[in-house]
Amino acid sequence: MIQYLMSYLGSPLTPGQAGNQLWALIYVMIIFTGVSVAVMAMNWLERKALAHFQIRLGPMRVGPHGLLQPIADAIKLALKEDIIPTEADQFVFWIAPLIGLIASFTVYIVIPFGPSQAVSDMNIGILFMLGVSSLGALGIVVAGWASNSHYPLIGALRSSAQMVSYEVAMGLAVVSAIMMTSLGSASTGTLSMIQIVESQQQQGVWFLFKFFPLGLIAFVVFAIAMVAETNRAPFDMAEAESELTAGFHTEYSGLRWSLFMLAEYAAMIAVSSIAVTLWLGGWMRPFPNLLSGPTWEFIFSLFPGLTFAALALFAFIGTVRMPSHSFFKIQKIGLGAFGLVLAFIALVLFLIAIAGHNSDTSIAARFREGIDYVYWFVLKVSIFMYLFIWYRATWPRYRFDQLMRIGWKVMLPISLGVLILTAIVGIRQEIWQAIQTLLKG
Amino acid sequence: MVPVATPFFFYGLAAAAIISGLMVITRRNAVHSALALIVTLLSVAGLYLMLYAPFVAGVQIIVYAGGIMVLFLFVIMLVNIERASKERRFNRMWPVGLVASCALLALFLSAFSKGKDMLPRVPVPQLSEGINTQQIGALLYGEAGRMGTYTFAFEIASLLLLVAILGAVIMTKKRI
Repeated sequence: MIQYLMSYLGSPLTPGQAGNQLWALIYVMIIFTGVSVAVMAMNWLERKALAHFQIRLGPMRVGPHGLLQPIADAIKLALKEDIIPTEADQFVFWIAPLIGLIASFTVYIVIPFGPSQAVSDMNIGILFMLGVSSLGALGIVVAGWASNSHYPLIGALRSSAQMVSYEVAMGLAVVSAIMMTSLGSASTGTLSMIQIVESQQQQGVWFLFKFFPLGLIAFVVFAIAMVAETNRAPFDMAEAESELTAGFHTEYSGLRWSLFMLAEYAAMIAVSSIAVTLWLGGWMRPFPNLLSGPTWEFIFSLFPGLTFAALALFAFIGTVRMPSHSFFKIQKIGLGAFGLVLAFIALVLFLIAIAGHNSDTSIAARFREGIDYVYWFVLKVSIFMYLFIWYRATWPRYRFDQLMRIGWKVMLPISLGVLILTAIVGIRQEIWQAIQTLLKG
Repeated sequence: MVPVATPFFFYGLAAAAIISGLMVITRRNAVHSALALIVTLLSVAGLYLMLYAPFVAGVQIIVYAGGIMVLFLFVIMLVNIERASKERRFNRMWPVGLVASCALLALFLSAFSKGKDMLPRVPVPQLSEGINTQQIGALLYGEAGRMGTYTFAFEIASLLLLVAILGAVIMTKKRI
């Protein structure tokens, strides 16, 4: 059994490449569970952080500091009556949330959490991600139409126009990053997500800093376009509540509405993973080439444990600061137990890090490597998730014509210019040689 | 590695493509037809994947199923569906359609009966899935300083598209 598991942990291939369907299924289930839990955590964090931005407390009643609020919400949504309007197109109304959900979860099969920690590595990885995530627009469009109501239809039309226009700028920004994979010494271009990260490692630079500031500009264009793609504030024209009630999902309720929310948050995580993979070095820890060697490896492998230890410390501080009224007794016990669970996870991670440091070929070393890769990837993605909340709290919503003007007249020319400049800077030596031969001849 | 191109998947995808293709022309509601067309396009993308052409499959999804179909739906939604669905479905053009479809059927039948002799008998070389995109790039743009086989045709086609874009802009804008 252990031998069997070892052979997979040590395998340099993803389950898709190795053609192992059972292991691929396990990966799919792990990712599905992980994303669903992340969406619930994100739901709590968003309500909490938004509240603190606005000097409110946010959810405080269900569980200590509202920690159980997402579970309560999920139960509430699942038990709500599922209303389908009489005048709605029954079948299309029923299938629309599923289209969005399937589209946003399918892209996860190519997201690389590590060099072999992905369901599959496709030769067309990034193209597949962009294509399938663009299918998510269909779910929104069809939902708005099937509701047979005015606000949803307007929301759907707005969102499809917005997604189609920002897809262009997004695609061009992605192309300039893909082009960078072919512009190093002895490197070939690739569309595969894993090889994109590997070529960043080979060239010794995150594409964010390559050809400074060209990589940075392409990244900023992508970061703006991905907010528009996922219909989040300040570009949430599809569900602008001050104008359209709730936009395309006005007529939806209960479980079907929660599927839309799940799809939206899953799509947010997916586009953030694209940004992390293309520009921020994917699963790599900071300075993998500069600060190499077993000592540095060990120091960086302590980070996952330290993160959980810090979270546990927060939980303990919260426990101590709770009012000493008997009403808060259960909440106090709950938060303390939560802190203990976090501390236990931190302890396990520390033990794995130390065990992996002491022996190089054992199962612990492989385990430590895998944890490190997933940790750095998830950390980078969660920074983006926090940025999404931050944007929402900071900026007012754009007007629709302003949105389209920015998309077509600012973002598109910038990303085109960056693409051309990247190509010119990348082959500057060849151009210089051609000019010299011309001058000589 | 286990091959993906098993008959099971082929028949499944082909059946999905044909059934949804039939639904495109039999549904009264234009939006239902468009949704069925999306299913057809996606199953065709799956068939491309089975032929070890992942790049073509990806482009099929991104361009047709993603981009064009959203625009399609966009237009269809603005059509008054209730009136359109009550209209008579067959107009005076049906003899032309009958002749065209009979000719197509004859073509398919002849290809089906004589196809064995028309195609070369050598087994198709198994191309590596891993370098499909690079091969397409080499054919379209050329490699190592040489022009690709289809570079000229590709550039001409892109010029044609540029003209179409300019034409669309000029037709919609009264003053530029």
